[in-house]
Amino acid sequence: MSLRVLVGCKRVIDFAVKVRVRPDKKGVVTDGVKHSMNPFDEIAVEEAVRLKEKSIAGEIIAVSCGPQQCQETLRTALAMGADRAIHVDIPVKDYEALEPFHVSKILARLAKDEKADIVIVGKQAIDGDCNQTGQMTAAWLDWPQATFASKLEKGDDGTFTIAREVDGGSETIKVKLPAVVTVDLRLNEPRYATLPNIMKAKKKPLAKKTVAELGVDISPRVEILSVEEPPTRKAGEKVETVEDLVKKLKDLGVV
Amino acid sequence: MSRLIFNINISRILCSIRGQVNSLSSCRSLSSLTLLPDTHRMLRQTIRDFTDQELKPIAAKLDKQETYPKEQIKKLGELGMMAVEVPEALGGSGLNCLAYAIGMEEISRGCASTGVIVSVNNSLYTSPLMAFGTDAQLEKWVKPFSNGDRVGCFALSEPGNGSDAGAASTTAKDMGDHWLLNGSKMWITNGYEAEAAIVFATTEKSLKHKGISAFLVPKPTAGLTLGKKEDKLGIRASSTCQLIFEDCKIPKENILGSPGQGFKVAMKTLDGGRIGIAAQALGIGQAALDCALEYSGKRDAFGAPIAKLQAIQMKLADMELRLESARLLTWQAAMLKDAGQPYTKSAAMAKLAASEAATFISHQAIQVLGGMGYVTDMPAERHYRDARITEIYEGTSEIMRLVIAINLLKEHQIM
Repeated sequence: MSLRVLVGCKRVIDFAVKVRVRPDKKGVVTDGVKHSMNPFDEIAVEEAVRLKEKSIAGEIIAVSCGPQQCQETLRTALAMGADRAIHVDIPVKDYEALEPFHVSKILARLAKDEKADIVIVGKQAIDGDCNQTGQMTAAWLDWPQATFASKLEKGDDGTFTIAREVDGGSETIKVKLPAVVTVDLRLNEPRYATLPNIMKAKKKPLAKKTVAELGVDISPRVEILSVEEPPTRKAGEKVETVEDLVKKLKDLGVV
Repeated sequence: MSRLIFNINISRILCSIRGQVNSLSSCRSLSSLTLLPDTHRMLRQTIRDFTDQELKPIAAKLDKQETYPKEQIKKLGELGMMAVEVPEALGGSGLNCLAYAIGMEEISRGCASTGVIVSVNNSLYTSPLMAFGTDAQLEKWVKPFSNGDRVGCFALSEPGNGSDAGAASTTAKDMGDHWLLNGSKMWITNGYEAEAAIVFATTEKSLKHKGISAFLVPKPTAGLTLGKKEDKLGIRASSTCQLIFEDCKIPKENILGSPGQGFKVAMKTLDGGRIGIAAQALGIGQAALDCALEYSGKRDAFGAPIAKLQAIQMKLADMELRLESARLLTWQAAMLKDAGQPYTKSAAMAKLAASEAATFISHQAIQVLGGMGYVTDMPAERHYRDARITEIYEGTSEIMRLVIAINLLKEHQIM
C-alpha cells in the first residue's frame, strides 16, 4: 500500500506576534509581520512524513494557496519531508476574500488531479479559526472525513482507525480510503527540519498553478464590513466580603 | 618564442588576479551580507526555534548547576549542528561555513555554554581531521562524532603556554611501534565529556615550532588523567579541565598530518575556530541587547519607559552598531572561507570585533537594567559572565591584533 498524501499548509501570522488592526479597519496588519506555517498544518505535514517513514505513504504533496510568499511555507514542508509542492498562486487583492469555501474547492480539484488517497489538513487555521476547509473538501469530493484526529492507525484491511477529539472525550471511527483527515493538537509533535533537509528542500519540485487552470471560481462570497480590536479590558473591583460580591453581581444583573 | 611565453605567462597571472578579485567582489557584493539566501534564512529560523524551545528555558539552570547539556547536544546532533561542514557520507550536514556561523549565533543566543560545546566539536575537532586526516582516520574519528552521541576536544594550551603555542612542552617520543606522550594540557573545553582529543606535542625539540605534531588520543586511555573541572566565571555548563599525560601510549597511526606539521594544523584550525567563536560572541551580544531592549520598553522612570530617554537610546544605538558591524565581519570571514579565499585576517577581525562587542553590549545591558542587571533574576549577569571568555580563548584579543597587523602589512608588501 503506497498512498499518495495531499497536505494543505497555510501561511499565517506567527502565533507569537501581537496582531494589530489596519488603520482602514478592513483587516489586520500583515506587512513586515512575521508569518509561519499554521501550527495545525505542521502537525498535518508531520503525520504525512510519519506515514511515509512507516512505508504507508509513498508520496507527499504539500499545497498552499496564496501570494508568492506561500512558497516559503512550502519550502518548510519540503524541508520536513514532503516530496513536492504545489503553490496555487492567488493575487494579493483576491487573497483577502479567500475563504474555506474556495480553498476546499481548490484542494478537492487537486486531490482529483493528483489522484491523492488521503488529504490531510490542520483542523483550523489560527487566523480565521474557521474549522471548515477539511469538511468542505470532503463534501466536494464526496469522501469520508475524520476531523480533529488525535490518533491515526492503518488497519490490515486498508482502512484507517482514527481517534477524534470530541467534546465528550474521544471517539474512534474506522474510515475507508480515499478520505479527508483534519488533525488536532495531540496527534503528534512536529519535527524540526534538519539542516541537510533544509538544503535539500531547495531542489525538490515546486509547481505553480493558477485558479483559472484549476477551473475554480474564487469570487468573494463575503464582504468584510469592518475589523475592530476587542474592547480594552476594564479594571476590576475588589470587594471585602462574599455578601458584597453577591450584591454587586445582582446589581449588574448577572445573577 | 620566449617573448610569446613571457606574454602568455603575464596574461595568465593577470587572469588569476582578476579571477581572485572577481570572486572576492562577488563575495562581498552579495547582498547576502545583509540579506541571507533563503536556505540560510530557513536554517536560522529553525535553529532559533529549537533554541527558544530547548535551550533558552534551561540556560540559567545549566549555568547555575554547571550541568553538561547532554540531551540537547544529542538533539543538536540530530539537527545536523554538530558537524555542519562535514560531508554527509561521514554523518555531517555537508553545509558551508556561513551556515555554521548562523547556527552558532542562534544557539549561543540561547545558551553560550552549549554554543562553545558545539563550536569545539565543529571547528576544533572535526575540522582539522577533515583537513589533515587520512580516510581511515575520518572513518574512525569523525563519523562517530557527527551526530551528537560523542564530542571531541582540542588540546593545544599548556600550563606554561597559551599565546606562545610554539613553546609546547608536551612531548611525543617515537618508540618504534607507538608514540609515548608526556606533559599536560590546560583549559581544555569539553575535557570531561570528550571521547577523543587532538593533542599537540613536540616530537623534535630542536626544530622548535616546526617540531610539533598533532595526535589523536582516545578518551579514556591509559596514561591520561583529567585534572579537576575548572570553576569558571562563565560558560559554566561546559567543562574545562587539564589533560595530564604520563607515559601515555598512542598507536603509531594516530598522528594527524605529518611529523612537524602540528603547528600548521593548529594555526589553520584556529582560523576556522575564530569564526565559530565570533558567532558565539554575536549570540551572547544579541541576547544581552534583546534583554536591554525589552527592559527599556517596560521599565518606567520619570514618567515614561526608559527607552524614551536619550541616555538609554545612545547606549542602545552603540550596542546595535557594534553588534551589526561584528556580524558583517563574521559573515564576510565565513563567505571568504567558503569561497576558498584566504581568510586569516578576516577571521581575526571577526573574532576581535565580536568578542569586544559582546563584552561592551553585556556591560551596557547591565547598566540599562540597573539593579535588575546585577541579580540572577535577569539573564544580563549571565551574558556578562559568558561574554568575557570570548576575548581570551582561541586567540586573545592581543594576538588577534597581531594577526591583523601582520597580514595587513604583508598585503601591502611592507613586511
